[in-house]
Amino acid sequence: MMVTMSAPATANPTAPVRLARTVAITSGKGGVGKTFFSANLAAALSRQGLKVLVLDADLGLANLDVVLNLYPKITLHDVFTGKAELDEAILPAPGGFSVLLAGSGLVEYSRLTPEVRDQLVSIFEAVKPRFDVILIDTGAGISDVVLYAVSLAHEVIVVATPEPTSMTDAYATIKVLSAQQGREALHVVVNQVGRSGDGRTICHQLQQVVERFVQGPSGVPPKLTHLGDIPLDSSVREAVQKRQLLMELHPGSAAAQGVVQVATRLLARAQG
Amino acid sequence: MKWVAAARLVFISRQKRPARKEPAIAAELVPPQDLRLDLALSLLGQAGWVPPQEVATGSAAWLQAVIDGLCDVSSRDALTGLANRRQFEAAIAREVDRVARVGEPALLLVADIDHFKKVNDTWGHAAGDEVIKSVAKCLQDCVRPMDLVARLGGEEFAIILPNCPPAFGQTVSERIRLKVAMQPVAVIGGQNLSVTVSIGGAFAQQWVRSSSTLWCERADQQLYRAKAEGRNLTCLEMPPLTVVSAEEKGLLFGALGTPSADFDSGLGDGLPTITE
Repeated sequence: MMVTMSAPATANPTAPVRLARTVAITSGKGGVGKTFFSANLAAALSRQGLKVLVLDADLGLANLDVVLNLYPKITLHDVFTGKAELDEAILPAPGGFSVLLAGSGLVEYSRLTPEVRDQLVSIFEAVKPRFDVILIDTGAGISDVVLYAVSLAHEVIVVATPEPTSMTDAYATIKVLSAQQGREALHVVVNQVGRSGDGRTICHQLQQVVERFVQGPSGVPPKLTHLGDIPLDSSVREAVQKRQLLMELHPGSAAAQGVVQVATRLLARAQG
Repeated sequence: MKWVAAARLVFISRQKRPARKEPAIAAELVPPQDLRLDLALSLLGQAGWVPPQEVATGSAAWLQAVIDGLCDVSSRDALTGLANRRQFEAAIAREVDRVARVGEPALLLVADIDHFKKVNDTWGHAAGDEVIKSVAKCLQDCVRPMDLVARLGGEEFAIILPNCPPAFGQTVSERIRLKVAMQPVAVIGGQNLSVTVSIGGAFAQQWVRSSSTLWCERADQQLYRAKAEGRNLTCLEMPPLTVVSAEEKGLLFGALGTPSADFDSGLGDGLPTITE
């Protein structure tokens, strides 16, 4: 596939190209609010004056379009099949950031073929010089496509909820990322936290078990950084049902403040 | 008491109803003389099927046995009696689902008889059949009852080993390779042939929604490697260590029962605090 840009990324070849900070957002288990979090984090980062792109890498069953209430005619699928240019598929989203949507139900891309791999890489390389932050919203599970999409990013945020199934899947994800990608540092965000402090406890517990059972390729267990919690908040459900960003609908809500805090802590941390 | 009487009534009706109605249903729905079962019965006879004892020919139980027999015949390889490709594909799809859900390690082995064409060309197809039967028996003898051994076609076999830790996988594949190499095959003319197999294997990706096609491809790649590196070899792709044991789960969930008493400020403190 050819990825052609309407304008070259660097007009002056001697100027250094500033590449985006790339963050993959993954969870293991589905239904933990990963896509909701990605979209609102992008909005929170945009408010800090950053140029943000959300890349929808949930190629099998994407729903970023549903969260954002965007139904574009042109998606990643059209870029993959050569029907559209990459520029046509990058759309402005309500929160002031840009999105590259996969389009729902691209079942043929739920398998990682060499073609899908090449297409993802070339698209990713093409958008990197044009943004400050690129968030990669991955699919549920730990499939080949998800792991590959995560491997494209410098940093990883693992989203979990206090449910045992979500914690197990988040832990399994951390283990796989350590074993397969040699990840030595991972961010953790706990969503739907009922009591303040539970997220911190969960992250601490994850770290304890990781230190005991996970040795990466270099023998070092990955370090988990607790980026913050999103409290259980009825305004989240309202925003999801209205298909609006929480950051737009209820920016003062506890959950929105949680997202803002995650954004602040993410930026406060040195990249990588 | 009313409910005792009612319970007794239910009990009595449950006991009696089937005995009274069963023959009537069978006579109405399945008049056996109307079914053309000659071909089915001759197929079953060839496959060594024995009609069930103490069951009247044409009864529902007899018909069920015929259907079960046909299912069995259609899922087995005629030459070796192993599972055929149809049964293998159903079993591997089930195993992929199970591994994704349960996270147990599962191994797929593919085995291919080395230089089989030479056996056929030199000793004839009857000898080739004897070699295939002998290898099939070796494979079946080396695995646990829960494992599925299938003949995929020609001289190619596959074994699905559920709940198979990596160390056991290596042991069992070596055991198979050695057993085949040590087992002489008697062919027509009093000759004893010695054959070997190359074996490739791959573990299912735990906690991963993968496909049986991908799993087979990975095992096949290891088989090609075994062939390329000189045959009579086993090559396994080792899994990344992603099992979440009961002990790990127990430690993880310890967190849920103990709220952090020392938590002070809640959200909104704006500080990048914890780095465990």
